[in-house]
Amino acid sequence: MIVGQQQKMQDEIRELIGQHGRTRAALLPVLQELQRRHASISDFAMQVVADELGIHPAEVYGVVTFYAFLHHVPMGRFQIRLCQTISCDLAGKARVARQLENELGIAFGETTPDGRFSLEWASCLGMCDQGPALLVNDHVYTRVTPDQVHQIIEDCRKVFGAHAAQPTHA
Amino acid sequence: MQPINSKKTPLTFDSIEPGAGLAVAMKKSRADIIGEVAASNLRGRGGAGFPTGTKWNLAAAARVKDGEFKYVVCNADEGEPGTFKDRVLLLDYADLVFEGMTIAARAIGAARGILYLRGEYVYMRAHLDAVLDRRRKAGQLGRGVLGVAGFDFDIEIRMGAGAYVCGEETALIESLEGHRGEPRNRPPFPVDTGFLKQPTVVNNVETLASVTAIMARGAAWFKGIGSERSAGFKLFSVSGDCDQPGVYEFPLGITVKELLAKVGGSNAKAVQVGGASGICLPVADFGRRIAFEDVATGGSIIVFGPGRDMLHVAKNFMEFFVEESCGQCTPCRVGNVKLLEGIEKLEQGTCTNAYLKDLLSLCETMQLASKCGLGQSSPNAFVSIVNNFQDEILGRTPVLIRGER
Repeated sequence: MIVGQQQKMQDEIRELIGQHGRTRAALLPVLQELQRRHASISDFAMQVVADELGIHPAEVYGVVTFYAFLHHVPMGRFQIRLCQTISCDLAGKARVARQLENELGIAFGETTPDGRFSLEWASCLGMCDQGPALLVNDHVYTRVTPDQVHQIIEDCRKVFGAHAAQPTHA
Repeated sequence: MQPINSKKTPLTFDSIEPGAGLAVAMKKSRADIIGEVAASNLRGRGGAGFPTGTKWNLAAAARVKDGEFKYVVCNADEGEPGTFKDRVLLLDYADLVFEGMTIAARAIGAARGILYLRGEYVYMRAHLDAVLDRRRKAGQLGRGVLGVAGFDFDIEIRMGAGAYVCGEETALIESLEGHRGEPRNRPPFPVDTGFLKQPTVVNNVETLASVTAIMARGAAWFKGIGSERSAGFKLFSVSGDCDQPGVYEFPLGITVKELLAKVGGSNAKAVQVGGASGICLPVADFGRRIAFEDVATGGSIIVFGPGRDMLHVAKNFMEFFVEESCGQCTPCRVGNVKLLEGIEKLEQGTCTNAYLKDLLSLCETMQLASKCGLGQSSPNAFVSIVNNFQDEILGRTPVLIRGER
């Protein structure tokens, strides 16, 4: 990471900690905001957060790696999470999964080479009466059928802006 | 996002005027509020069923130093597979939930409230923030709630980040404090040593909404609904193989058979009550009652139709627990993996009866020795499926693993 970007990240983290408070309890909200903005939390960001909060970086790493929605490796701009739990399973999640893999050309747990899409499994999304359900970032799709998968991915490109700035994997 | 309307029966909460419960509570002394909740026999709606009045009493009795606060935490980390009633409550009845938190704060003397919302429900955040804002402007939150000098109470929303175990109250508190969501040893309990070591009441979303209803309509009314030992009405999240999946309200004590008739699932071969950590009932058990004295549940009902493979069901649950175990204690971290391997053996038709017995004995160890409710209850589904559907799971023809031909 070049110095200018590092400086920018440092400033950003200081500002976030200013908002949430310089306490350990502020750790998750700060990390969640970094995750939302950058699609992952880099080693450098974890180090800065640790320094600012006065805790060991391993503590921050421990937290980031514990939670399914925080990532320390770069993720796609659009994170697609398909619910794998029982009710969505009964409702036919396996075929939706296969079609997602087909359309994106990646397997679950992978990110497309262009850095746009990550495909992941999710545990129960709380949409059990209208499965199969999936989340694309903060958006929930319900009663998804394999033939809708293509359109969902197209929607991502349109709704979120195909030419939107890529997140910096700082 | 498609419009979400999951309500399949009218809910009692529709008839509760927002503000009515809090108005009644503000006229009562702290002891009387808790007395009313205790008299209603309300038990926690998250699944564990701890008496709410008792919990509040303990927190009310706890002392804090000057400059420190007691906390009311609303557990909206609804993660039990097959549970989605809190989604409906938070979207359509948020006022009743926040009102319940305010009543709890009044009762125990808390100054801060936190709603811990699961990360998967982030799309509700803006709506909930707007409701909180409106309540502040109406004087229902903030300094001097409803003009009562000295009663300062405000609520903030904190997001979870995709960890089922954080629905366990001490793990939830760890998460709020900025740690990994690993459950604590108990005692001390949160009512005594909770968030930031302060006395903290952690209540389920539905419990808090129910408190508002009890304040508005009275303990006797609430107690008049339900069974003798399980008072009140309860929301059920119904999914799986039935005609009308969705959220239903029934009095506690309803039999599984009655419930199935209402949701259009009478031809079921099995019903999972209580989500992945609950138990799987075969047809012979459909006469059992859903209540704390018989089959307890946080409201998750998953219906399995005649063609379903119960071993596949058990495998899905165990994959869930392997994924969601926090890994802190050995019985849960290793036990769930061993059970999943066992299920894979069964799937391949290579499991001996002796090994199956070993697995069941491992289940007992996990139920006894795990640190929190996750590991203590994760074997339940497997045990009940093995016991009730043994003819279906032994001596199977091997299945093809993906990629093999």
